Amino acid sequence: MLSLRRRDIVCQQAVEMVTDYLEGSLPRRSRRRFEAHLRACPNCAAYIEQIKLTIELTGTIEPEDLTPEAKADLTELYRRWRSE
Amino acid sequence: MDTDLELLSRLRDGDEEAFVMLVARYQQPMLRLARAYVPSRAVAEEAVQDTWMGVVKGIERFEGRAAFKTWLFRILINRARSAGVRERRHATVEPHHAVDPIRFDTNGQWAEPVEPWTGDSEDRLEASTWGPALQSGLEDLPPRQRRVLVLRDVEGLSCDEVCELLDISPGNQRILLHRGRTRLREILETQIAKA
Ligand SMILES: [Zn+2]
Repeated sequence: MLSLRRRDIVCQQAVEMVTDYLEGSLPRRSRRRFEAHLRACPNCAAYIEQIKLTIELTGTIEPEDLTPEAKADLTELYRRWRSE
Repeated sequence: MDTDLELLSRLRDGDEEAFVMLVARYQQPMLRLARAYVPSRAVAEEAVQDTWMGVVKGIERFEGRAAFKTWLFRILINRARSAGVRERRHATVEPHHAVDPIRFDTNGQWAEPVEPWTGDSEDRLEASTWGPALQSGLEDLPPRQRRVLVLRDVEGLSCDEVCELLDISPGNQRILLHRGRTRLREILETQIAKA
């Protein structure tokens, strides 16, 4: 059981601060409190890791390959645009 | 791989192959972004096609001050906006929780431990495994969140670039990013728990 000081943040508040924290836009005092919470709370530390992994995985979404038909259509259009 | 700028300079000379390579590179990212503006795939495809026409005919107007991708997305957003449904400028903001309140006890602390996603079974987070779930999660996000997520986290644009492209404030951008990211985390958590 964590003993809470008056100015400490709780987990439910911490999870709402994650994006501002990662964006570097938390005011200094909030950032210190947030970091102190992460050091003391393995659950929120795991939560922020999950968010980071989510971001990383979102960045690996691969575009599907263009179908040959779509490519042919656009090439056709290209010729038309060029000749206009 | 040829850089965008190399391909563009070939495109200026009317090189068809350079055009095809640019299309292969950006067609799908553009479709993904367009879908966050317009209701159907067909309309999205039109907006994208329209954008390519703008590129081919307006190539001389590209000054190279912004990255080509940003320039391309700007043209696309303009076209998709005019093709899309009219939106209220200030949509009502629904309440939002990063994590379902039921997961916390009355002191606001996690009621159950949060499971780390990595550990002994590193391969649980193979991108190819979770890609489809993320993909469909992204498609289900409200449009404004979806636009920010696509540009920031899929396409890797900066906060400044996204604010400028979407004409939103940094604070607003963060709210949309927060909602989108926490939603996608939730989806992954559910999928991982099922696996
Ligand atoms: Zn916590």
